Amino acid sequence: MTTPVLEVRGLVKAFPVGGGIFERLRFRKGQLLAPQKILRAVNGVNLSIAPGEVMALVGESGCGKSTVAKTIARIYEPTAGEIRIDGQDVSHLGFREMRPVRRKLQMIFQDPYASLDPRQRVKDIVIEPRRAQTGRTMSRKALEEEAVALLARVGLNAEQANRYPHQFSGGQRQRIGIARALSVRPKLIIADEPVSALDVSIQAQILNLMMDLRDEFGLSYLFVSHDLSVVHHIADKIGVMYLGFMVETASRDQLFNQPKHPYTKALLSAAPTVDKALRKPEIEITGEVPSALRLPHGCCFRTRCPLAFDRCAAERPALQAQPDGSSVACHLHDQTSVARSA
Amino acid sequence: MSETLLDIRGLKTHFHTFSGLVKAVDGVSFDVRKGEVVGLVGESGGGKSVIGFSILRLIEPPGRIEAGEILFDGEDLTKKSEVEIRAVRGGEIAMVFQDPMTSLNPVYTIGRQMDEMLQLHTELAEPARRARCIRMLEDVGISEAESRLNAYPHQFSGGMRQRVVIAIALLAGSRLIIADEPTTALDVTVQSQILKLMRRQISERGAAMILVTHDLAVVSEMADRIVVLYCGRVVERGRTEDVIAHPAHPYTRGLLDSIPRITDRQHRLRQIPGTVPDIRELGSGCSFRERCFRAQPLCAEKTPELAPVRQTLDAACHFPLEETKA
Amino acid sequence: MTPFLSSEFAFNYRRNLPAVLGSALLAVFALMAVLGPLLVLQDPYDVSQLELMDSFKPPAWLEGGDGRYLLGTDGQGRDVLASIVYGARISAFIGLTAMALSCMIGTTLGLLSGYYGGTVDSVIMRVADIQLSFPSMLIALFMMSAFGTGIVMVLIALTAVGWVVYARTVRGSTLSEIQKEYIQAARVAGLSDLQIIVRHVLPNVMTPLIVVSTIQVGTFILIEASLSFLGVGVPITEPSLGLLVKEGFDVLFSGIWWTSAFPGLFIMFLVFGINLFGDFLRDELNPRLR
Repeated sequence: MTTPVLEVRGLVKAFPVGGGIFERLRFRKGQLLAPQKILRAVNGVNLSIAPGEVMALVGESGCGKSTVAKTIARIYEPTAGEIRIDGQDVSHLGFREMRPVRRKLQMIFQDPYASLDPRQRVKDIVIEPRRAQTGRTMSRKALEEEAVALLARVGLNAEQANRYPHQFSGGQRQRIGIARALSVRPKLIIADEPVSALDVSIQAQILNLMMDLRDEFGLSYLFVSHDLSVVHHIADKIGVMYLGFMVETASRDQLFNQPKHPYTKALLSAAPTVDKALRKPEIEITGEVPSALRLPHGCCFRTRCPLAFDRCAAERPALQAQPDGSSVACHLHDQTSVARSA
Repeated sequence: MSETLLDIRGLKTHFHTFSGLVKAVDGVSFDVRKGEVVGLVGESGGGKSVIGFSILRLIEPPGRIEAGEILFDGEDLTKKSEVEIRAVRGGEIAMVFQDPMTSLNPVYTIGRQMDEMLQLHTELAEPARRARCIRMLEDVGISEAESRLNAYPHQFSGGMRQRVVIAIALLAGSRLIIADEPTTALDVTVQSQILKLMRRQISERGAAMILVTHDLAVVSEMADRIVVLYCGRVVERGRTEDVIAHPAHPYTRGLLDSIPRITDRQHRLRQIPGTVPDIRELGSGCSFRERCFRAQPLCAEKTPELAPVRQTLDAACHFPLEETKA
Repeated sequence: MTPFLSSEFAFNYRRNLPAVLGSALLAVFALMAVLGPLLVLQDPYDVSQLELMDSFKPPAWLEGGDGRYLLGTDGQGRDVLASIVYGARISAFIGLTAMALSCMIGTTLGLLSGYYGGTVDSVIMRVADIQLSFPSMLIALFMMSAFGTGIVMVLIALTAVGWVVYARTVRGSTLSEIQKEYIQAARVAGLSDLQIIVRHVLPNVMTPLIVVSTIQVGTFILIEASLSFLGVGVPITEPSLGLLVKEGFDVLFSGIWWTSAFPGLFIMFLVFGINLFGDFLRDELNPRLR
């Protein structure tokens, strides 16, 4: 078996909130304390991506999918858990040890406006990861030639290399972001909602480009998105997240044909579509996502789940392998109890 | 056919910016009938939001309504004085924006903001106003409405805030609601709740709605008729089923093809090449011709006019697409 | 130059009368400060050029005035106009140098505070808060009386007062910049914190600094003038505008008003010009205020 490009085990990320130490100082029962509020963004996520594979993370805002992506990219420090890139555990590498890893792992960002430094020329933006790798060993001229070649690959010309980001449209900026990620020829690209800020016609262009690049460079993607139709188009397998938990992972066809978790079903039926034939009777879910500052005990989805029962409040369901190869975290699909009752 | 409520004829809204004249809306005509939802779709730069703002005369300099008529119940809104139009805003015509936080005032309670609307547009006394506010909140699916009246906007989640905004919009008995990307900032599960709510409230009250959005899937589920905009002009308009199933304009076709379908998965999506042209540098001819797979020399010479292609569908194209047999 | 002249910035500038007036005032003062010695007939600090006979001459247009001394003379026969020209050079030097120093220190602290946050931020910002809770004059006065006077001490005192504005401005912009994804992109690219701060954050927080710096030069000139007026500023051998006002003030009540009034008016117009121009820059460069 080949080593997965990315393997994540028990990833946890919690953010302390509430400001600096002076802001949090409180007197309580005669003691001076600085209590810390904790935002539990990711609560034990496992995933693995094989070379050339595209895995998508879907879920609604606040479900932790972007945090997973950015923690793997080591923009954030993981609170606990293991992140293996190409077999190497990088979860606690320092800045210097992390630098060689960045050659294998790059990222494409959501906002085509904020993800490019407005004061840098496009050619400098594109070549920045490469320059960080090579240090002073490459001449400026050689770097610039590489930048122009990269830009050409994503559909921009040499003359545009000397411009600043504000002279480009959203779609073109996203192409620049993709060229930047490609500059070190990574094995894995983490794409955080790369098309959600773009118009539909441009979105299709970028998705096509990403698929072409995957074939050309043998890339793997971790593709974060809230848009199920985009995910269906690009992903080989999909993980559905809710409140920092992975509630279901399955191959694309399994997930879209036989969704198991009630939340997955709700997501699928809520997504608007132009295909009339696809409009399903809806799983009515009400209300909104609870705060990650105070997670509900038991199953995190029970507060909105139409099928919740006693056990859901008492016990948090674990992600369990199903007979068809998918995994679901729901008491309705508890394999041990199924086995017992059988 | 039901009665026409709003009739926009040849609307032109231009922005005189430093870098040139932006013809954001350039000769747009469509109508809205009572009890109907009309979807305005198009990509950014299409001018769809500017139309909404033009109807309520919320265009600030350097923008200006240059020409056209906006007939609401037969009265031309472009000719009304500032005082008269203020009575229309929030009264006869209400608006729901994308970001509910900007349309609610953070320093006043929900109750006060709702009450203000009723004070402005009705003659009701205090207890009656309060009762109406409570009923309205219940109608939009907010539980414990009475105590929620004393809450501030920040105490609500995004979806709840949008419900409140919709409640305010419906409160004064508006006959037309302009919803500008009302669910774009919301999650899908919340979006479907809000869309259903809006649909139900519109039909129950016999009001009409203009739904401004970039999302074809949303309009196809919500709207009775669709108006497709490109570079400030209507390129296609017609009944939703026809526009979605058999579009006549290549741009509409391209938009529909760009959406990844769950039913048939291809390795590549059919994409519209290129990007939206700079609206300041549009010459004569069809503004879509450079991205169009059917473009011919005529398209550069003559700007196509909106003309009936089929019974329920108009398109502005010299070479409209045939009705496909599905 | 043509693309600049036809830019929106230049267009707005031409239509903004206060901005044109302010920058015209500034241009006149700048010319005076640079070309000063060439414009006036007398070097007021070369004793050999002074005529004691000509002391306390009123301005030229008044009775007893002398054509050689347009704005009159002081008690030692020094031409008031010449003193102003030489004083303006000293004031401008102090204002600009103090601005540069406090900009460097404040920007560095603001960057660290905003970028690292946490305890670093808390400590720096609380020191800034304490600093701001004292009137800046009081701090400067205290420092001057504790550590002595002289141009260097004036500069240190002004920097001690001025860094806070920079630190706060830079911290604010830094906080909003580091939220943006291009900073995260730089981190993914493998840049160190220092590289990120220098290459990405600093260039993007510069714009508000231009505005702050303009206004700060005016403030520094005023504080320096006040210090010198109170006698704890520059030494008598290098009289700034403030010192001129003080010197003239001693004889003000004997009817000799011109020796203090003209330097005072000059300070007023100088700071007025700076502020007019600074306001224009702020409106133009700060999109949030539009």
